[in-house]
Amino acid sequence: MFVINCPYCGERDQSEFSCGGEAHIVRPKQPTELSDDEWAEYLFMRKNIKGVQFERWNHAHGCRKWFNMVRDTSNDKIHAVYKMGEKPPVI
Amino acid sequence: MTKYRINKTRFVDQTKTVSFTFDGKKYHGFEGDTLASALLSNGIHLIGRSFKYHRPRGIMSCGSEEPNAICQINDNTDLTEPNVRATEIELYEGLKASSQNCWPSLNFDIGGINNLISPFIPAGFYYKTFMWPKSFWKKIYEPLIRLSAGLGKSPTQPDPDIYDHKHEHCHVLVIGGGISGIISAKIAAKNNLKTILIEDKNILGGSTIYQNNKNFIIDNQKSNEWLMNEISELEKLDNLIIKTRTSLAAFHSYNYLLAKENISDHLPLDKKNGSIRQRLWKIRADKVIVAAGAIERPLIFNNNDRPGIILANSVKKYLDFYGVSTGLNNIIFTNNDSAYETAVSLFEKGISVKIVDIRKKSSSNIVKNAEDQGIKIYWNSTVVNTFGYKKIKSIEIMNLSEDGSNVTGNKHKIQCDCLSISGGWTPMVHMHTQSGGKLDFRELDQVFVPTEKSENHINVGSCNGDLELEEIVKNTNNKVKKFLNINEGGFDKISVLCSKESEKKNIWLLPNTISESKTKSFIDFQNDSTAKDIKLALREGFKSIEHVKRYTTTGMATDQGKLSNMHALGIIADTAGVKMGTLGTTTFRPPFTPLTFGAIVGRSVGKFFDIVRKTSIHEWHVQNNAKFENVGQWKRPWYYPINNENFHEAVQRESKAARDSAGILDASTLGKIDIQGSDASEFLNRVYTNAWSKLGIGKCRYGLMLNEDGMVYDDGVTTRLGENHYLMTTTTGGAANVLSKLEDYLQTEWPELDVYLTSVTDHYSTASICGPNSKKILKKLFPNKDFSDEAFPHMSYQDAMIDKIECRIMRISFTGELSYEINVESKYGKSLWENCIAAGVEYKITPYGTETMHLLRAEKGFIIVGQDTDGTMTPIDLQMDWIVSKKKYDFIGKRSLYRSDTMREDRKQLVGLLTDDPNEILEEGAQIVSELDKKPVEMIGHVTSSYFSPNLNKSIALAVVKGGKKMKGQKLFVPMENKNINVTVSDFIFLDKENKRINA
Repeated sequence: MFVINCPYCGERDQSEFSCGGEAHIVRPKQPTELSDDEWAEYLFMRKNIKGVQFERWNHAHGCRKWFNMVRDTSNDKIHAVYKMGEKPPVI
Repeated sequence: MTKYRINKTRFVDQTKTVSFTFDGKKYHGFEGDTLASALLSNGIHLIGRSFKYHRPRGIMSCGSEEPNAICQINDNTDLTEPNVRATEIELYEGLKASSQNCWPSLNFDIGGINNLISPFIPAGFYYKTFMWPKSFWKKIYEPLIRLSAGLGKSPTQPDPDIYDHKHEHCHVLVIGGGISGIISAKIAAKNNLKTILIEDKNILGGSTIYQNNKNFIIDNQKSNEWLMNEISELEKLDNLIIKTRTSLAAFHSYNYLLAKENISDHLPLDKKNGSIRQRLWKIRADKVIVAAGAIERPLIFNNNDRPGIILANSVKKYLDFYGVSTGLNNIIFTNNDSAYETAVSLFEKGISVKIVDIRKKSSSNIVKNAEDQGIKIYWNSTVVNTFGYKKIKSIEIMNLSEDGSNVTGNKHKIQCDCLSISGGWTPMVHMHTQSGGKLDFRELDQVFVPTEKSENHINVGSCNGDLELEEIVKNTNNKVKKFLNINEGGFDKISVLCSKESEKKNIWLLPNTISESKTKSFIDFQNDSTAKDIKLALREGFKSIEHVKRYTTTGMATDQGKLSNMHALGIIADTAGVKMGTLGTTTFRPPFTPLTFGAIVGRSVGKFFDIVRKTSIHEWHVQNNAKFENVGQWKRPWYYPINNENFHEAVQRESKAARDSAGILDASTLGKIDIQGSDASEFLNRVYTNAWSKLGIGKCRYGLMLNEDGMVYDDGVTTRLGENHYLMTTTTGGAANVLSKLEDYLQTEWPELDVYLTSVTDHYSTASICGPNSKKILKKLFPNKDFSDEAFPHMSYQDAMIDKIECRIMRISFTGELSYEINVESKYGKSLWENCIAAGVEYKITPYGTETMHLLRAEKGFIIVGQDTDGTMTPIDLQMDWIVSKKKYDFIGKRSLYRSDTMREDRKQLVGLLTDDPNEILEEGAQIVSELDKKPVEMIGHVTSSYFSPNLNKSIALAVVKGGKKMKGQKLFVPMENKNINVTVSDFIFLDKENKRINA
């Protein structure tokens, strides 16, 4: 079980958090103008990387804030946490 | 003293006799014994029958690796426990143990016939044999297999014991209380680090604590004496917690570990009273030092499983720790020096001992010792067979050929009553790999050793591959100092003398004269897998170690292959002609030793199993005979039977009363979210399918929420309380998820919106009054209020007071009746309810539960999200096009409604179903077909809701059917087990399509 450094609360056990999947997928501003394929790309396609992955996490049983996290899925090492809207770090 | 208790030791108190029974017969042991040592002291070796062949099996080890000596404890009581290792259970007065997997008795076991027919039941036998005829599976094969499977018996009653969980944090956690663990813990604790030392045995010291051989000297003392002093010093340290009887169960990432402490398992039944049985420690440690030790390997030769064949170091422990000799005429069969310690120990106590060694010579001190004492050693020899059915009687040995691949010369028979075997040592790398660590293969002595890369855990002592005393002590000291960044370890100037092994030889499967197919060389003793099973698997094309493991079941018993995994790998490597290091290992998964379910769940049993949420009106429901149903964590009244009414009768009465006069429902469990902020209207526009900007203050509106994929997610009525203030209601079960979804969009997609969400589900209680007389009841409750349709129309809200209690009244309806929902602060819920009941008495107000609510809304054709929808229904599928705004540019899920798949006309769509026989009630979930004779049967939909409507006096149902929108009037069929039910597709609004009642 990881220890996650919530950008708002500090270090907490993983059991307080839930993972929201891949980060930095922006909801299209004009969905109606997209083709079925383009919309499906946004809706369904997610990366599942063995290695460094950018993820959304939610401090569900804490401050309820969403934030981003960079995690190596092969060894669960957390490289960075940062708030929504902040630029992703270069890893 | 018994014949086999030949030695006094400081670990067993021979002044304190303990009596126990095994298979109903009474025996005596002493305080400090394990069940195994006490049985051995009584000369009992035969403990159970093996899993597949029912061969007699005896005690083979002295610890958690034990594959054979597993017992049932406390027969026929609610405390009974199967598969307990006799080597681990501490003896207590009144302990009742019995053998497993034998019938009618341990000594005469019918299943022993499997041993005779064993050539016909090789690995994979079940897979190959029980394939056909297909019809035999259910009635014949499965019951037969179930009858013969399994070892002990599960308890049939609830576990009466108490279990506990506890969190702990420390700087340093040391796993294992042997010599390297003790050195590590002392260094850590002396340097002001909060340290925890856990040890699975009842005392510290590991195997060094009974190492009294004069070849092992630390600081001029015998190593056991030296360690004894260290332990007494250790116990004085303040910042060290020592937990004995505590075994590590799991080593997770980020140094999160689970350890199980046995608190009262070793106490007599009458002294356990009320105490916690086991505690699961959840430990988060900055640094972890694994000092888990090593397990001795058996040797693999023909008939290596007879009672009386025991691991050599275990024989030494029984002798020097428990004072019990496992035999009086011993042979030691070894490939290494460590077994000579056992030989010397036996010899010095005057017990007959001979040695068979597969090596050609060894020049170490300990071997010289044995030779000097005149112990007979058969060099370059191997055991080719053993004799004795229920206890070993003799062995046959032969010389090995030059390269060790074959045997030569004549067979030589030697009598014995105990054969000690030693195939070297396997470092316990389980903890290391559980935490994500990798392994390297060390060719020299054929062991896997940890590759250390982690900054936060290290392995020390024999689990790290340091097998000789000098390297254990010195390497542990140096490693721990570096790991903890400490200059002075306290063991820097220590002097260690020990016998050093120079000749090493390992043969995974020892050669024999007879062909392999006729031998039984056991690898996994508990699952009865032999060397020939492994070779068979390879011949049949299994290559991966993981596949061979599953096909032969090697390493899959309750001991998880602690003794067998290495040999399985070795034999695969030899047979396939590959290097062992390239094969990899099977995955070591937690727990290291079996955990009880009790320890896993801790206190979360009975009423603590899950949170129970009750409304503030709950007590009234209980007093009024409500039957409850679970909705999420909520307890909701299901129906309120009067006198001897059954479920159906009560629901019919409640449903009729609600439409004829007045009914009242506790609607407090509906999710409630308070929405405020200057962009609240815009926010609702984006999350609901319909438009919200023009909703007037004081008005209510029904909303449907979709997922981004266009599927219906939740629904509910939202009320505009003020310019920038809304109260949203959600389904009872969906409340938490809706809030979290809304928060997600707000925080991540639309952070520019000025909106604040607060869950107020528990803050308000709600009484929902419906029926033609509801308005009259409301007038009695609020005499000053104008309830005329002009002043208080449908879908609007007003504030009002009952005495000094503030109420929010919404005129909204989920039943199709004229209906009002009164919300008050939760603390006034019960008082409000009682007021409503009192005001309604003259109209025979009838409390109704969730079942009646479901029935009434089905009559009216209102959906329930999660019952009539299942995550694959769009609003269009539900024929709710009216609620989907065409004008809004965007809302969650809008784009998906125009995907080619969501626009298909043959999607499942919501319809009503009427049975041809109005008294026939369909089963919810039943499949629907259009053609009965078509094969394969094409299922075109299923029933989602079904009731007998007392108000329409007929059966009604909602269903989803492919292309159902266009099928009104069409005949369909619902095939059941014994009959086909004829149905007709109808409108799904069965009652009052014109909304006369709502506006009554």
